[in-house]
Amino acid sequence: MTDVPHVPVARRLLANRLFLATCVFCTGLAVCVLAVLIVSIMIDGVHRLSPDFIANFASRKPDQAGIRAPLVGSIWVCTICALTALPVGVGTAIFLEEFAKRGRLTEFIRINISNLSGVPSIVYGIIGLTAFSRFFGWRAGAEPIELGSPDSLLYLRLPFGSSVLAGGLTLALVVLPIVIVASQEAIRAVPNSLRQGALALGSTRWQMVSRLTLPASLPMVMTGAILAMSRAIGEAAPILVLGAPLMVLETPANLMSEFTVLPMQIFNWAERSKASFQEIAAAAIIVQLAVLMSFNALAILVRQRLQTPLQ
Amino acid sequence: MATSAVAAPTSAARGTPIPRSSRDRSERVVKSVLLSFSLLSIVTTFSIVVVLGIEAWEFFTGFPDKPGIGLVPFLTGTEWSPLLGGEQKFGVLPLICGTLLVTVIAGAFALPIGLVTAIFLSEYAPSRLRLVLKSALEVLAGVPTVVYGFFALAVITPALQRFSDAFGTWNALSAGLAVGIMILPIVCSLSEDALRAVPQSLRDGSSALGGTKFDTSVKVVLPAALSGIMASFLLALTRAIGETMIVALAAGSLAQITMNPSNQVQTMTGWIVAIFTGDAQANSVEYASSYAVAATLFLMTLALTLAGTAILKRFREEYE
Amino acid sequence: MTMMSPMQTNPTTAAATMPGTAEPISIRAAGFDGFYGSFQALKGISLDIPRNQVTAFIGPSGCGKSTFLRWMNRMNDTIAGARASGTLTLDGEDILARSVDVVDLRRRVGMVFQRPNPFPKSIFDNVAFGPRLHWRHSRADLEDLVEQSLRSAALWNEVKDRLHASALGLSGGQQQRLCIARAIAGGPEVLLMDEPCSALDPKSTASVEELIRELRTAYTIVIVTHNMQQASRISDRTAFFFEGSLIEAGQTETLFTNPKSKQTEDYVTGRFG
Repeated sequence: MTDVPHVPVARRLLANRLFLATCVFCTGLAVCVLAVLIVSIMIDGVHRLSPDFIANFASRKPDQAGIRAPLVGSIWVCTICALTALPVGVGTAIFLEEFAKRGRLTEFIRINISNLSGVPSIVYGIIGLTAFSRFFGWRAGAEPIELGSPDSLLYLRLPFGSSVLAGGLTLALVVLPIVIVASQEAIRAVPNSLRQGALALGSTRWQMVSRLTLPASLPMVMTGAILAMSRAIGEAAPILVLGAPLMVLETPANLMSEFTVLPMQIFNWAERSKASFQEIAAAAIIVQLAVLMSFNALAILVRQRLQTPLQ
Repeated sequence: MATSAVAAPTSAARGTPIPRSSRDRSERVVKSVLLSFSLLSIVTTFSIVVVLGIEAWEFFTGFPDKPGIGLVPFLTGTEWSPLLGGEQKFGVLPLICGTLLVTVIAGAFALPIGLVTAIFLSEYAPSRLRLVLKSALEVLAGVPTVVYGFFALAVITPALQRFSDAFGTWNALSAGLAVGIMILPIVCSLSEDALRAVPQSLRDGSSALGGTKFDTSVKVVLPAALSGIMASFLLALTRAIGETMIVALAAGSLAQITMNPSNQVQTMTGWIVAIFTGDAQANSVEYASSYAVAATLFLMTLALTLAGTAILKRFREEYE
Repeated sequence: MTMMSPMQTNPTTAAATMPGTAEPISIRAAGFDGFYGSFQALKGISLDIPRNQVTAFIGPSGCGKSTFLRWMNRMNDTIAGARASGTLTLDGEDILARSVDVVDLRRRVGMVFQRPNPFPKSIFDNVAFGPRLHWRHSRADLEDLVEQSLRSAALWNEVKDRLHASALGLSGGQQQRLCIARAIAGGPEVLLMDEPCSALDPKSTASVEELIRELRTAYTIVIVTHNMQQASRISDRTAFFFEGSLIEAGQTETLFTNPKSKQTEDYVTGRFG
């Protein structure tokens, strides 16, 4: 009866030890990769950072080149992206979570959104190019229609061409699923008892949302929004398809201006084999990462500032 | 004192009532605006399908002035040489091979490491260490992919060249490793979510039976979280297949069927980049080929995402 | 306050009184059935609820008493598959009619839930939530109304110095009284209470019970409770539900001391449930 072979305790403890060692090794490797990434980029680029590097436009000479146009371009594009993707994304989330009855249409919208989040950003670039830059081929070959004066901020040219507006709208397509999913999670985190309370007082659905669930979920919505924007500001592929010029020598003046963004500029410089271009690419990366870190810090700040316990 | 004070608060009647009509009207307006926002996501999908579909259709069946490539030669052709002088060949297999090679390398790197790290974070790490590591992963997740592309060119490739002369400036291994680093945080955080969703009672049960931490983690928690982990793998691989900037910088521009990681390869996304950064004419066959390639890419990622959500849905049902 | 109602009052039913007395009826149910999908949760309920009295619903879990309560302000509308038939009226007006403005109905029929559910807002904003939905007030009127409501809920003295502090900082009993203040600030005629003390400690329970006794001079109160002692302490009338049916209803004292039905007797004497 007692002859059943059993695994010696020592061996099981050894397996436990070995596994823990593997765990520590893998985690350490991931951390090391991050460290090597940051350190190598710092070594390559930090000596190229200077006020001139921020203030100068692009140049064929690496020593005089700067990131003024892409930096300002990134801000423009990101602003347009935020102004369009956030209302639409949060609005969609509100509709799905608070208004929609569970049915075929909402189920379809839900599945559709999860599929959209898996679509590669370069595909969105192609759609942005076709839809926003070319209006599906409308007036192809003809002169674009102009609305308003080029001096005005709201000057429009139809189709939009390779303009900041087309860029911002394309990035909005990229981040829209992220905004929707993050907002849905935020709204879902509001306890149902609060909704019941508001409805029992005679709120309409929208009164309940605007006065209760939206304010209560705002910190999480904002955190999701900021993270979505940090994704947008790092995207290069869709902008590349839209056709940002290699060298932009002015900052955008209106929605129809030509533009480039920081990740595109990094790409252009990184592609060149000359060491000095590699260095300024690294310097631009440092600026890009600094911008992203400040986004992350902002997200944490918002989370802490606005965080009130829900119940 | 409260005993005397009970009377219905009456000043409500002193206010001006908000009429039902205006309330109902704004309710209707808001609801239709929100509905139209939701429909935008369907419009987006529709546009993707229509735009890619129409252009790809033309590429397969023929242009007004030249014959099309045909669906079968496109899907089965083993040569992709659209830009070379002489006969243009549009067999997509070399591009798919490039994409798969990079994805396999990325997966081989990121999936095991990501999973083991996730187990460490969820089962072993003390809470403070866990917090530090999670924020490090968050930083990794936020790094733009073009940065990883630069990292591949500037750090990984030179390092590989030290080991072997076979590695050129562009090679599949360097790009694959960089893509692996990019998807590592995705695997890690999604797998960790799945592991942490496993009820504590299962762990307690295993420990009470005399299981070591290793037994508990690998024989109890891991199988319970398996579908969530599979879903995280699929989502990460979807990102790897669609990744563009890393391969555009580090993988190379020669479309070939190869399984040798030291070779340069061109991926599907790499070809699209080549078209849109090159000087292809907007009505040329090679330009149209990028839509056909994009459609192929879209279908591949769609299939993976659908599989991922199907698995996740099953996973949710297990715990509800 | 009834001047607010867009519904037409039917004078014949509005004048209805409890049988054998002059007490006017507030809510009347006759042959009322309630369903969740194909499951019938309420079977042929006929019950009159008198104005300005406390009516308690008792019965074992799942007997349908909470479901019935939630039909009185149509909160069941938010549950997919919930439907009802038969008669359910408030002051003679049909509650179940499609044309009923549920928003106005819920203003007239306030509700307090099992667990206190203060909004993550200030104490003041919690109480002002209802009035702000239905009226445009001057600031002074609103402040006055909030004070009156808090006084009615016997909470004013405890919170008057921190009206703009978060309501989540209050104790459980205070939170529940705040929810009562919030419910009466909109000017309802009826207060529905769904086991309002089940999440409270004995001391807070006592203060809420005392409050309910006081509030009945101004409101018709319907309270669902698991606790028979509570029902006998605070209610004027009691209705006993069992498996979706109304077994017996009457004066609380009679029902507890001299029940007509054997089932009621078994339940109130603690033999089951």
